[in-house]
Amino acid sequence: MNKDSKGKKDSAPKLDRRRFLAAAAVAGAAGSVKPAEAAPSTGVQTPPRVPSALPPNEHVAAAETDVPDVPPYSTEHARPGSDFMVDVIKSLDIKYSPSNPASSYRALHESLIDYGKNTMPEFLTCTHEEVGVGIAHGYYKIANKPLMTTCHGTVGLMHATMNIYNAFCDHAPVIVFAGNDMDAAYRPPGVPTIHSAQDINAIVRDFTKWDDTPVSAQHFAQSVVRAYQIATTAPCAPVVISVDDGLAQEPIRDYGQALYIPKFVPAAPPAGEQGAVREAARLLANAEHPVIVADRAVNTQKGMNLLVQLAELLQAPLVRQRARLNFPTTHPLGRPAAVIAQADVILGLELTDYWDTVNKYTDNNREGIGSIGTRVKPGTKLISIGAQSLLTKSNYQGFERFQSVDVPITGDVEATLPALIEAVKAAIPDSRKDAMTKRGQAIMEAHGKAREATRQLAAIAWDASPISTARLCMELYAQIKDFDWSMVPSSGNVSGWPTRLWPMDKCYQFTGTSGGYGVGWGAPASVGGALANRDEGRFSVSIQSDGDLMYAPGALWTAARHKIPLLAVMHNNRGYHQEVMHVQRLANFRNRSPNIGNDMAPIGTSIMNPDIEYHKLAESMGWWAKGPIKDPADLGPALKEAVAVVKSGQPALLNVWTQPR
Amino acid sequence: MIKVRVRFMLAALAASVAFCQAAAADPSAENGKTEFVKNGCWQCHGFQGQGSVATSGGRVIADTQLPFEAFKAYVRNPTGAMPPFRAAMVSDSALADIYAYLESRPKPKAAKDIPLLNGLSSK
Repeated sequence: MNKDSKGKKDSAPKLDRRRFLAAAAVAGAAGSVKPAEAAPSTGVQTPPRVPSALPPNEHVAAAETDVPDVPPYSTEHARPGSDFMVDVIKSLDIKYSPSNPASSYRALHESLIDYGKNTMPEFLTCTHEEVGVGIAHGYYKIANKPLMTTCHGTVGLMHATMNIYNAFCDHAPVIVFAGNDMDAAYRPPGVPTIHSAQDINAIVRDFTKWDDTPVSAQHFAQSVVRAYQIATTAPCAPVVISVDDGLAQEPIRDYGQALYIPKFVPAAPPAGEQGAVREAARLLANAEHPVIVADRAVNTQKGMNLLVQLAELLQAPLVRQRARLNFPTTHPLGRPAAVIAQADVILGLELTDYWDTVNKYTDNNREGIGSIGTRVKPGTKLISIGAQSLLTKSNYQGFERFQSVDVPITGDVEATLPALIEAVKAAIPDSRKDAMTKRGQAIMEAHGKAREATRQLAAIAWDASPISTARLCMELYAQIKDFDWSMVPSSGNVSGWPTRLWPMDKCYQFTGTSGGYGVGWGAPASVGGALANRDEGRFSVSIQSDGDLMYAPGALWTAARHKIPLLAVMHNNRGYHQEVMHVQRLANFRNRSPNIGNDMAPIGTSIMNPDIEYHKLAESMGWWAKGPIKDPADLGPALKEAVAVVKSGQPALLNVWTQPR
Repeated sequence: MIKVRVRFMLAALAASVAFCQAAAADPSAENGKTEFVKNGCWQCHGFQGQGSVATSGGRVIADTQLPFEAFKAYVRNPTGAMPPFRAAMVSDSALADIYAYLESRPKPKAAKDIPLLNGLSSK
């Protein structure tokens, strides 16, 4: 692929571009024709011209007419702007830059790997901008630190958009740099101009937290440090800084002031207002059946411990939603969503969809318009803590349906929990303590019974072929349970068996969904998560769905290229299964059988005939791989082999044919 | 001519009734498996009827405890998220075969007898 579109541009300009332009403007003015010479006399007397501005003083006149002192460009005498950009980036302690190379940021690229010696950040070669963003997102979910990624002008940023949206919805910071060439009078014609934009950040402005277009080196320093601070302050989210290739290529301009890099200081996250927190505590402490629901609530082990403390203090059941682990799977206060029906007070912690937590939408109407019911008793008091309202934009609808809440608290959950815990301690009446203890005992008993029932459900179709998702997960767990393991962000939709059955008590053991549910996220995000785990010496495992892998399979190559160990076990149900069910559903509503052609599922939804040999795909990109595995008896031995490969530092993939969910 | 036609229709009806009785009396689990796949039942319930929390609300239809008539009534007019499968899509005969297929699914082992499940903490 020839992506280099800079062939017509002199790679070593002899002049500082802006000074050149200023000089050209002065020369143009000096060369303009004088009116008296240009217009022949008509014999008509015209009044004398009135100046439209005061005549210039001596200083201004000199500035406008003197020949600019333009030194020849020389790397011996002047640093290119992109070297300074690298200094700025290095000040932020960013470890990796998973990116696809592109001419529109060639100067920054060169500075990163040569001037910056390809460390902090290290450039990780990606085959698609979507992969770069996905890796950064997955890395954050494990490491709780952002990465940067750099995208080509226009087309590259367009490639990146879907995973930027995922990160935005998931409150994950990614520092995105977008190459651009602003100067229409100077940039090369043809492709470089096509790949330039007047306002390149507009492509992603609706789903980034902040963006800027620096026009000087100093401006770049201010914008990048500001962007980093904004991105990493709750609610976290991606930010975009456009990198003008002219600014990056030119020598740094001398403004008579020394350039400086502002110091990055992490901002304290927003915490809930004290009065509202006390009111929430009062409701919770006096409730008969309080229920805590946590979604995108906890990013750190400290946060998880705080949540455990709150649940134990209240002896309240906690419902884990899917955006984060939030709460140990083994904790006896963990309960399924059905307990919401018994609640008289619900505390929702950074819920993606509060409305759907307390209401029920059933997609069962003949016209395809679902029916709505309630999941809660009348009079149930609702409390929310979350920072989503600080990130809401208008166009994209990630904010979900509006739910009226009795005590809405704007603030980061982890930042608010300490105050809430203290307020609950103060609010619990002595008279309620016995009842709370009994409540806790009943919840724990129910938890034990439910776990036993879940194990029995996992036993159904245990020997089936294709392999049941429960068997898949338990065979996998058996091979990794003795390691310091982490199930990295991934795409497999395996009926939640890992969080239902695997003991998990560390926040990196499960980090939840993509946020925006954009398919094509799983493979790159899993590589990003594995990258973070590699640096901590953890064993990474992903459950990789078939449909997701085909959006961005190049992520596999990046893992092999950069020696990122990862065990990817495929949940290969040979279809876009969600769509399989959607088309079937619509056909049923219309009382007709869907056309399945020669497949098993409605035309357009199967990934078969021919079956994709994902193991060969992975092998072609440097992975150890095996498959297709259809017999459950073959799975354990294959996993053993794959685990040994991953322990040796290489990625390995098993192509497993599975039941649909 | 009319008599011949009536006789033919009566004969056809008798044959049809006889076929239906045979189908109802002797449903085929093997054909039921084909119908289960062809009609898309597997999509939400899995190929063994094991179900999923994601697609069947966790309900298991393998070895269903529902009597056939109740099973049929629900399939025709479900009350939850399941879409209806009317007779135009799945005949009564095919439904009986599907029921037989589900009845024929092997009983699962007890979780305690499966080492990979038995080793889990029940906390």
